[in-house]
Amino acid sequence: MSYTIAEKILLKHCGQKTIKPGEFIEANVDVALANDITAPLAISEFKKSGFKQVFNKNKIVLVPDHFAPAKDLKSANQCKILADFAKEQGIKNYFEIGQMGIEHALLPEKGIVLPGDLIIGADSHTCTYGALGAYATGMGSTDLARAYIDGKCWLKVPASLKFIYNGKLNKWVGGKDLILFTIGQIGVDGALYKVMEFCGPVIKKLGMDDRFSICNMAIEAGARAGLIAPDAITKKFVACFKRKAKYYQSDPDAVYEKTYTWDISALEPLVACPHLPSNVKPVSSLKDIKVDQVVIGSCTNGRISDLRIAAKLLKGKKAASGVKLIIFPATQKIYLQAVKEGLAEIFVKAGGVFSTPTCGPCLGGHMGILAEGEVAIATTNRNFLGRMGSPKSFVYLSNPAVAAASAITGKITHPEKIK
Amino acid sequence: MIIKGKVHKFADDINTDDIIAAKYLVSTDPQELGKRCMETICPNFSQEVSPGDIIVAGRNFGCGSSREHAPVAIKGCGISAVIAKSFAAIFFRNAINIGLPFLESLDVDKINHGDLIEIDLTTGVVKNITQDKDYKTQAFPSFLQQIVQSGGLINWVKKCTKSR
Repeated sequence: MSYTIAEKILLKHCGQKTIKPGEFIEANVDVALANDITAPLAISEFKKSGFKQVFNKNKIVLVPDHFAPAKDLKSANQCKILADFAKEQGIKNYFEIGQMGIEHALLPEKGIVLPGDLIIGADSHTCTYGALGAYATGMGSTDLARAYIDGKCWLKVPASLKFIYNGKLNKWVGGKDLILFTIGQIGVDGALYKVMEFCGPVIKKLGMDDRFSICNMAIEAGARAGLIAPDAITKKFVACFKRKAKYYQSDPDAVYEKTYTWDISALEPLVACPHLPSNVKPVSSLKDIKVDQVVIGSCTNGRISDLRIAAKLLKGKKAASGVKLIIFPATQKIYLQAVKEGLAEIFVKAGGVFSTPTCGPCLGGHMGILAEGEVAIATTNRNFLGRMGSPKSFVYLSNPAVAAASAITGKITHPEKIK
Repeated sequence: MIIKGKVHKFADDINTDDIIAAKYLVSTDPQELGKRCMETICPNFSQEVSPGDIIVAGRNFGCGSSREHAPVAIKGCGISAVIAKSFAAIFFRNAINIGLPFLESLDVDKINHGDLIEIDLTTGVVKNITQDKDYKTQAFPSFLQQIVQSGGLINWVKKCTKSR
């Protein structure tokens, strides 16, 4: 039998001799992740079930990152449920603020997720870890509660789609633009219940940060997972971790439901306009769109290379008058690195807010809610109606370079315009 | 099992932020979440719903986040079932796991807002009482039927654990 990477990982974890797309399987998970929004429901379901001990305390990860540092009393109570459960069950992978980071940047950084793993997370952007060559997929709280009981999950084996990117990336174009382009082409349900496998010469040259950005947004096309084959770049990224990774490659004659091949040499930075991630336009086609807020960060684009790109443009510049510039590094390690490299100073001198890691503004939680009529450009992953605050606000999605350039001019701007 | 109720019609790509905005995710209480269901796109939705009513929507219903609060809010405001052309994958499994009945049908364009419909969950037949029409839907695969019939995922796991 010939298999894709995704099928090989699922086969390895379900104990069957063969698998095929469409089949229901029960699989053993390597990591079960939840956050301060989804874990309280999972923990409550687990407790109601009558089981006392989690199946394996070392495979459970709890990250209070959405409304943390606690934004109000109710969120404080939710975060405390995680802390108490971690203590009660002896779960060591619980990350309090100060060690915490946005989960999808934190887990790869700590080596908690590795190539070849089957990872389930009660957060839709769990698909980010596919960049490592892992099968990572978002589920609900009850799925997590079930995994707490016996370490398993049910899955329908998805068919795979192959995306081949040829050519050479232009300046200021990165992983974020590739995934926005892809979603623009296939639509928000273009990969519904499928695996997206990203490959081709362009992907092979990308660093891990760009690869994480791409896989992070596979869910915005409806995909169950987004994967990139592990290579020398992946191996270098995970070399420092103790646990052993397993590297899978798709067989040459593996079956894909559809293959898309694009030459992206002419691609310029893209912007997803309100209110869908598929409403994608080239940045140069957007004229005179004034912005009130610029958000740089998140599980999509809050990594060190994203901050370096933003700092390159913002160095010695100021955010335009009336523009709220919010920059939030994704983890404490990235935060410290940004301080050491002088990026934090560049952001503060530019009139920006340099925040502690949190999912806050991305989902309209806290730390930068939009008022009625306000417009934001953000390096986040969703621009649904009301996503960042008022149902009468507007969110545009872009890469960090476009966001930083737009902060300087006060309107959506191609980074090449900044001298 | 027969479900009967008035139709509340929605478009394609109804996302989980539409179903329950993130600011309300500081609660897991079905009634509290139910009061805020669909608030962003339909401010008075929870008041317009009578217990037993049915949501009928287009493609990709429930896209976006993994928040199980979305199907919980739908149940919490009194909706008894959702019919859509297609469902986003995480919403689909959340609905199965918590026991919110839902059906996939390409006939949803023929159903109007306010129609009275009746769903037979055993046969998958949807009867439009207002228009005097029947529509067929796809039955769930047997694996998923087992979970639903057990009363949700946790009960199913408990049953399986006992029988091992």
